[in-house]
Amino acid sequence: MNGLQKNSRFLRDNLVVFIFLALSLAALPFSGQAGAIPDNLMARVTRNAFLVFALIIPIYAGMGINFSMTLGAMAGQIGLIFCVDWNVVGVWGLLFSAVIGTPIAILFGLLAGSVLNRCKGREMVTSLILGFFMEGVYQLIVLYMFGSVLPLRSPNIELSRGYGVRNILNLATVRGSLDDLVAIKTPAISLGGLVLSPVKIPLVTIAIIVALAFFIVWFKKTKLGQDMRAVGNDMAVAKAAGINVDRTRIISIVISTVLACYGQIIFLQSINNMMTTDAQSQTGFMAAAAILVGGATASHASIKNVLIGVTLLHFMFETVPNAAPRVFGQADVAEYFRSFLSFGVIALSLVLHAYREKKKEEEARRANRIAAGETAAANAAAAAEGGRA
Amino acid sequence: MRNGNGKDKDGFKGAVRSFVASFGWPRIIIALFIVALFFLAPAAKVEIPSALSDVLNRFGMNAVLVLAMVPMVQSGCGLNFGLPIGVIAGLLGSTLAIQVVSVGPLVGIFKPGLPVFILAIILAMPFAALFGWAYGKLLNRVKGDEMIIATYVGWAAVSFMSIMWLILPYSAPTMIWAYKGYQLRSTIAVAGFYDKVLSSFLAIRIGDFVFPTGMILFVALMCLVVWLFFRTKAGTAMTAVGSNPDYARASGVDASRARILSVVASCMLGAVGIIVYQQSYGFIQVYNGPLMAAFPAVAALLIGGASVNKASIVNVVVGTLLYQGMITMTPKVINSLLQSDMAEVLRIIIANGMILYALTRKSKVAR
Repeated sequence: MNGLQKNSRFLRDNLVVFIFLALSLAALPFSGQAGAIPDNLMARVTRNAFLVFALIIPIYAGMGINFSMTLGAMAGQIGLIFCVDWNVVGVWGLLFSAVIGTPIAILFGLLAGSVLNRCKGREMVTSLILGFFMEGVYQLIVLYMFGSVLPLRSPNIELSRGYGVRNILNLATVRGSLDDLVAIKTPAISLGGLVLSPVKIPLVTIAIIVALAFFIVWFKKTKLGQDMRAVGNDMAVAKAAGINVDRTRIISIVISTVLACYGQIIFLQSINNMMTTDAQSQTGFMAAAAILVGGATASHASIKNVLIGVTLLHFMFETVPNAAPRVFGQADVAEYFRSFLSFGVIALSLVLHAYREKKKEEEARRANRIAAGETAAANAAAAAEGGRA
Repeated sequence: MRNGNGKDKDGFKGAVRSFVASFGWPRIIIALFIVALFFLAPAAKVEIPSALSDVLNRFGMNAVLVLAMVPMVQSGCGLNFGLPIGVIAGLLGSTLAIQVVSVGPLVGIFKPGLPVFILAIILAMPFAALFGWAYGKLLNRVKGDEMIIATYVGWAAVSFMSIMWLILPYSAPTMIWAYKGYQLRSTIAVAGFYDKVLSSFLAIRIGDFVFPTGMILFVALMCLVVWLFFRTKAGTAMTAVGSNPDYARASGVDASRARILSVVASCMLGAVGIIVYQQSYGFIQVYNGPLMAAFPAVAALLIGGASVNKASIVNVVVGTLLYQGMITMTPKVINSLLQSDMAEVLRIIIANGMILYALTRKSKVAR
């Protein structure tokens, strides 16, 4: 393969990354307040990275983007509701939420895994709908069962009608407890005319994200991880090799759901309030968009994709929506532009991936046909040879 | 096991079993649920006649949108989660129609009422055809992943058009913000243009019960058009591609073309559907209005007994009646009996549960 071909292939494989980078850089001069970007970006990336990691393992098992990760997020939210209700404060509150959330997430994960096993080949759309379905179940729990079936102790998070949790849950008691546990602040830096505001670096959050990355690298090397890869490559072959395909797929979804539960707790401690009924839906879209921006596809994802993706997506969120109103001359454009970009990137990457897969299939078929043709020709030649002899 | 075959010896039991098998448990449960709601209605102080006309009204409003699912399901493109794309074409048609008859070149030519309604549909068709063609081209390149991609393409289109609604130079005074002097409002009244043109046409009024004759007739007409279309050569080819692509290819059908045609047809029906919806609802909803348009339509079709790769007009009619019956009656009865607003949550669970059921059902046709 010569250099040019190699380059064009590199470009093609990373098309989404380049589009986003170009878009963000183009928007940078129009975005205003460029000095605040490093600090905001650090906050956004550390807040979201864990959630995005939750998507890796199902991709590894060949199940595509697990849009039903929102189930894990809901489990985390239920944990946080209990944590605020019982007034467990600070980082202990987060641990408490995780302890409550884990069994719920495992249960949701088992459910999601067995549903997705019934629709092999269209896991992604099913996981999306499953997310919506469970959102209904979650609302039933949060709005009707809390305070009636499940105990609620503090009246200030209860709806005035006597049951159900308020629409906005104030997380002041646990806010920033992980981010601020050990954090350092860089001094303000002046670069020419541009003053970069101080960047707060939440060391513990970063340590947790790094630990998760190492866990995933390690996990891929375990027997289970190898099984998942085999299942992801070819279910029939994996089955013939004696791997319990359905069980392996369920485990991958359970891990993803539990990670999403922890990720959502980390995400929410970083912001002050939780929209009780729909905090999870944003989470699902953001995580999917991030991993796809980073160059992951529905069948391949790595640690690199997650880190590039989450940084790039949030860099874009810092620049483009601020620039859009200036470019279009309308203030309201920003909000729609943000959702257009996150929906658009998911659509674009899925299209590119499906298109490539289809091409690959066609090429394989053509190669097969040529090979078959050659064999046939060789056979014919051999037959003719034999006839002559 | 008798495989639920109706030709059993033990008459009634076998007949019931075959009915259950062909009608499907979910449909029976939902139908019984609605019947129960009607029985409970008097206890909840719900007026049956007005409840019935509500159901019929909502049926008429939504039926064409549900019908828009049929061509794509039949051609093997799956459930049209990209319905918002057709809806956007309809929104362009209706906003343009109001623009041109109130300030544009057609002032005074089109009288309020049916003419503007028809103008809206006519203006929407080129957009529907264009969008459908592009959307169909796209779906042809991603065979196998149509549904998830359609969902996101639809959503991306809705947010893209939201930006457009903000910056397109509409100027009809009933559509833009009065205090800004530009920019479309988020809900635009169709009063004075084509409000209730179909619903009130030949409407039969018996006390509180109103039968929206015109709208029901229009729905019947659209069903007939689709039914006839599937009996033309192009329509048959579409069904062939959907049920057996290899056989279709062997018999000389251009599968890609048939699929694109089905997407165009779906988009056109979606556009007509939203305009019918508007004339009954009284408002045009732009911006994020169409974002979730596909899900109720998909749920209704599936409740009607369709599957991911088979749908008929009967599925549309039965499904829309059942789904809208449920949506209309549940809040009225449940909310008043249980003194709570649980109906919305029930709706989310039932609608998405239906879609989930259909997606996970072992379908006979291999994907």
